Amino acid sequence: MSIFDDPFDAEANVNAGCICGQHRSPAEHEHAALALRCEPVALSHEKRYENVVASAVLRAVFPEATTRRAFLKSVGAATALAAVSQFFPLKTATEAFAEAGTPEKKDLKVGFIPITCATPIIMAAPLGFYAKAGLNVEVVKTAGWAVIRDKTINKEYDASHMLAPMPIAISLGLGAQPIPFTVPAIENINGQGIVLAMKHKDKRDPKDWKGMKFAIPFDYSMHNYLLRYYLAEHGIDPDTDVQLRSVPPPEMVANLRADNIDGFLAPDNICQRAIYDGVGFLHILSKEIWDGHPCCSFAASREFITAAPNSFAALTRAIVDATAYAAKAENRKQIAEAIAPANYINAPVTVLEQVLTGTYADGLGGVKTDPKRVDFDPFPWQSFAVWMLTQMKRWGQIKGDVDYKSVAEQIYLATDTRKVMTEMGLTPPKDSYKSFSVMGKPFDPTKPDDYVASFKIKKAS
Amino acid sequence: MTASLRLRAAVVSIVLLAVFLGAWHLATRSTGTTATMSPEYAKLMGLTATQGKSAMPGPLDVGVKLWEHLKRPFYDNGPNDKGLGIQLAFSLGRVMLGYLIAVAIAIPLGFLIGMSPLMSKALDPFIQILKPISPLAWMPLALYTIKDSSLSAIFVIFICSVWPMLINTAFGVASVRKEWINVARTLEVGNFRRAFTVILPAAAPTILTGMRISIGIAWLVIVAAEMLVGGTGIGYFVWNEWNNLSITNVIIAILLIGLVGMALDQILARVSRLVTFPE
Repeated sequence: MSIFDDPFDAEANVNAGCICGQHRSPAEHEHAALALRCEPVALSHEKRYENVVASAVLRAVFPEATTRRAFLKSVGAATALAAVSQFFPLKTATEAFAEAGTPEKKDLKVGFIPITCATPIIMAAPLGFYAKAGLNVEVVKTAGWAVIRDKTINKEYDASHMLAPMPIAISLGLGAQPIPFTVPAIENINGQGIVLAMKHKDKRDPKDWKGMKFAIPFDYSMHNYLLRYYLAEHGIDPDTDVQLRSVPPPEMVANLRADNIDGFLAPDNICQRAIYDGVGFLHILSKEIWDGHPCCSFAASREFITAAPNSFAALTRAIVDATAYAAKAENRKQIAEAIAPANYINAPVTVLEQVLTGTYADGLGGVKTDPKRVDFDPFPWQSFAVWMLTQMKRWGQIKGDVDYKSVAEQIYLATDTRKVMTEMGLTPPKDSYKSFSVMGKPFDPTKPDDYVASFKIKKAS
Repeated sequence: MTASLRLRAAVVSIVLLAVFLGAWHLATRSTGTTATMSPEYAKLMGLTATQGKSAMPGPLDVGVKLWEHLKRPFYDNGPNDKGLGIQLAFSLGRVMLGYLIAVAIAIPLGFLIGMSPLMSKALDPFIQILKPISPLAWMPLALYTIKDSSLSAIFVIFICSVWPMLINTAFGVASVRKEWINVARTLEVGNFRRAFTVILPAAAPTILTGMRISIGIAWLVIVAAEMLVGGTGIGYFVWNEWNNLSITNVIIAILLIGLVGMALDQILARVSRLVTFPE
């Protein structure tokens, strides 16, 4: 990535400390490489390519950084550029280089799990958002979270739908060896719910839930953390007072019908499906636990970004574009119809419509309206990642000290997303961190360890 | 006499089927009690909740849906929605590939084990340990090492169908009557010729029994394997419809899986009848 440094900068540090010789230490190099790739481009594409080509030429002429600096100091950058263009066809070379701006790989495979959280990923195919970004994307339905993880790691998928904490877990190597993964966009916010079996109609106080059995879709999921949080806030220890089981969503509905579990915190269209079939009722929406919480993410491996940066940028653009479209209430009915067929979510349209429009049957005979029941906002707030890390620590999924900030910044690519959003004429937030409250308890992303320590019920030692 | 027996058996079969379908129909009949709810609310609910319709589909529902599938078995609506014919073809393709690789390895190896008491004793512990492992237990390991879900499914088919063939071949070869081998030896028949002209024909019925057991297991396993990895195949179809909680489609898939499994078994039964000989 050092190719994007300015070789015309006579003040550049030349003490070799990292592989590119531009930074004091490998760590600094890493950081700079990350920041460079993520930095918003003020210059036009053409100008940027011109700089890149000129840098490469200058580097080739003066491979020694010290000589280069001496030369630049004596003649000045402008003269140097003029001199370089004298004997090298910069213009032609720039044009040749600019060709690289098109995606390296046009035919991509993106995996998804058939739930409404995947709405932007899925709808981008039938509604043409991928095509608009110049890509030919095949969205592939996948049988479960562990399989989606394995298929993405195996490179069968170029990118995929994941639960928001999964890329963190994969990058940290929880459950397998660590593989650097990234989140360029959040798929959806809100959009989950706690559903209880009909027989618990009168047990609406969580304090009465001791001994109950609940299902969640995956260990590294917001569903797990939100349910645990909700139970613990009501004085129920999720590890000892109740039973939490990892169960695939369709089996949750079947188990609820069979009286095998008492309830679940599941992704939507599953909650609504349980109501539609008359086997359960909606206790609360996850929105009532934390309004605006992230749920699923759009994830790609760092390797893919390095190997095909333009494809990655185009893909991110398509997802951000689709997410922005899905955020508008007036488009939701059309989206519900687009994603309902067997090729995509494979669910009754009326169920999807209730989830997406927010006018839904609650299972107890009432019709409720909450247009923000599920919402879409692609910006990957790094404070979201910090919060998930605090919960991983709280429930003993990670042990020892955690460098919250650096993990969050390496995985949640807020800066890249900001750049893409700005290019698209959107107005992304200026900061990558924000404070929020979960069940009324404020979270300060700068003091994660204090936050973990503040909980009475936890597993962390 | 036999003809009349066959006729009578057919009649009993049909009666049993009719009784089964009738009982099924009665058991899943809707209770007819429409729940009292506001029309606005009812519009958002499914038939199970509003009309007390059974969650289990009746034979008529299944019949209607089956007819729909049979009318267009080869449609292709993109990567996640293909006709039942295409799904079955994918599954059969995987089974055939994995099975043929297993045949290619198990029969020569079985010969070796059957002909050499040393190899038989040496390999026995490995076979005994590997044989009882559930084929699906290999799936995560295969996905992790082969790094290709389609190849992993084929590998799982291979690993589950190799053992019955191997053991049957070894047994068949080892129990060829000693007299025949001695006669061959007296006539100074070479090792190679002896294997092909004496042992193979003598052991063929046992080998084919092994192959018949294997194809049955392979067809059992492919459904589970495809449910696990998804993508294509009849197992994926079951998973996809289960995800949709469409029991009707799941029942149709079960019916088809049974029919195809029977067909596979019958084909091998025919072949094994060709190689049996009276002693």
